[in-house]
Amino acid sequence: MTYSLESAEHPERLRRVAIDPVSRVEGHGKVTILLDEHNKVHQVRLHIVEFRGFEKFIQGRPYWEVPVMVQRLCGICPVSHHLAASKALDQVVGAKRLTPAAEKLRRLMHYGQMLQSHALHFFHLCSPDLLFGFDSDVSRRNIVGVAAEHPEIARRGVLLRKFGQEVIRLTAGKRVHGTGAVPGGMNKSLTPAERDELLGEIYQIVAWSRDAVHLIQKVHSQNPALYNSFATVRSNFMSLVGNNGQLDFYHGSLRARDENGKPIFDGVDYQDYARHIEEEVKPWSYMKFPYLKLLGKEDGWYKVGPLARVQNCDQISTPFAEHERKEFIDYAGGTPMHAPLAYHWTRMIEMLHAAEVIKELLHDDDLLGSDLMVEGKRQHEGIGVIEAPRGTLLHHYRIDDDDLVTMANLIVSTTHNNQAMNEAVRQVARRYLNGHEVTEGLLNHVEVAIRAFDPCLSCATHALGKMPLSVELRDAEGRFLHALNRQ
Amino acid sequence: MKAPFLIVATGNPSRGDDALGPLLLARIADWLAGSPLASRFELIEDFQLQIEHALDLAGRQRVLFIDAGMRTPGPYRFFEIQPTGDMAHTTHALSPEAVLAVCGRIGNEAPPPAFVLCLRGESFVLGEPLSTTASHSLAAAFAFLVRVFEKTEVADWRAASYNSN
Repeated sequence: MTYSLESAEHPERLRRVAIDPVSRVEGHGKVTILLDEHNKVHQVRLHIVEFRGFEKFIQGRPYWEVPVMVQRLCGICPVSHHLAASKALDQVVGAKRLTPAAEKLRRLMHYGQMLQSHALHFFHLCSPDLLFGFDSDVSRRNIVGVAAEHPEIARRGVLLRKFGQEVIRLTAGKRVHGTGAVPGGMNKSLTPAERDELLGEIYQIVAWSRDAVHLIQKVHSQNPALYNSFATVRSNFMSLVGNNGQLDFYHGSLRARDENGKPIFDGVDYQDYARHIEEEVKPWSYMKFPYLKLLGKEDGWYKVGPLARVQNCDQISTPFAEHERKEFIDYAGGTPMHAPLAYHWTRMIEMLHAAEVIKELLHDDDLLGSDLMVEGKRQHEGIGVIEAPRGTLLHHYRIDDDDLVTMANLIVSTTHNNQAMNEAVRQVARRYLNGHEVTEGLLNHVEVAIRAFDPCLSCATHALGKMPLSVELRDAEGRFLHALNRQ
Repeated sequence: MKAPFLIVATGNPSRGDDALGPLLLARIADWLAGSPLASRFELIEDFQLQIEHALDLAGRQRVLFIDAGMRTPGPYRFFEIQPTGDMAHTTHALSPEAVLAVCGRIGNEAPPPAFVLCLRGESFVLGEPLSTTASHSLAAAFAFLVRVFEKTEVADWRAASYNSN
């Protein structure tokens, strides 16, 4: 693990290429590349140029507003923020253990979120690169292009996402800005009719999710040299695992492994996260760089998300996903797979697991229970951690005697992956850009590496006309040399 | 039975003028509540347009997308759109034109006639209220829409888009 290509010795002597914004990711990030006169790469950085001021925004608000407010962080995984905040505030109201109905309703909501987010990312954002090639005609590298050439794949992508959104609507009350989870439990139960509505579709959803795993498995096996090496960076992994070491998106303890799969820590109560994770600030990005304290800044960075979770767990509780996990582990040859493009494969295994868990929950009578709230001894601090679609998501709050939030700290999934994404784009720049003329197709290679992590860089601001992509090449004096534009 | 007219408003209510879409939708909902037109409209609010909104479009006579715009001429623009696959610069969100295109590709019917009402905003800062400019845009757009909604023919909407630009 190195920081090579993070900082050039004499940036003023180099010319600069910028990908601004990075496309088909959520939010606004940019990549800058410094090249010398022979197009040799000297510096590559992924900058996050949006400032997420939510920690300040929340301060002074009543704690019970927080689970609803924090959903506005993101238009893609609002439920993850909703539930992470609710888990943190469960502790504030003294709810040490939720009722079975409340916990299973929250799990249903969360697994619906995982399913819809993974479907959206795979079918909408990444399938064009995977089906058409990284440097194929840019005009068809989108979901409309996929719909034109592979209508059934596109249709399934839409319907999988739609089903996940329906799970969210029925458990949270609305597709967005839901109010289902509250500190101490849930304020909405599921009716038998709503459950039956979901049951009518879930078997098809499981079948389509299995097909999606097989589709990405086939893509990998057709070109293993590319998929196993592209943008590969070795690192540590971190995720929550359940009590028996199983994959669990809703609750568990923290586990970290090194690049060879050797344990760094295990069974860590996430209430102690601050003892294990530190965040470094760098002047060129708004996003912090977390690392494991035990290993230090240089060696302690890690990956989170599907690739980490599927390899960090000991098993998956549902049969089809467990079968696919074993297939993936066998494919990797018994050692950890670090290739970013393997995120897609593991993401589809997780989507299948989410569909299977939803099916199990829909057959669980506890789900229709009406005992939804628990209270206990009031606390002034709460920490909630959840496995969001993109990885480990941490919400930490302090509350005063007037029930107002005095401190909020959020470490979101994409932040955990910050260093890994930077290292991945450096690998791509070193391999594909070094010594070559910059073209749109080569720049898309950089974006393919970033997209594999499914980063979410935004707070869901998206006004029409705000996201053009232009790449400009300027010399060291800032003189314009060359431009590429995507309209 | 689906309502013949669908209105989809997008925006993040916590981000200044990005709230224009949801706020205008709320005004429309209040207005429709006391109107005989109520049963003809379905209203959907979301952060962003996503692929599953293509399914919401199916079976409609007409669709209206409402959103805030950064550089749109003020106070608003009202225009008809056509399906297009031109969406390479987008994030997870789709443009209204791309939603139409996905609708046309995955369904068995052509997408319905669709219009966009884009309201001019200026500031999209977290936690900020509407700017003065956006408040004017909101009032003007609502008054305009009330007149448009009283006309049911698509030709009338096209005429309104022609006259508003």
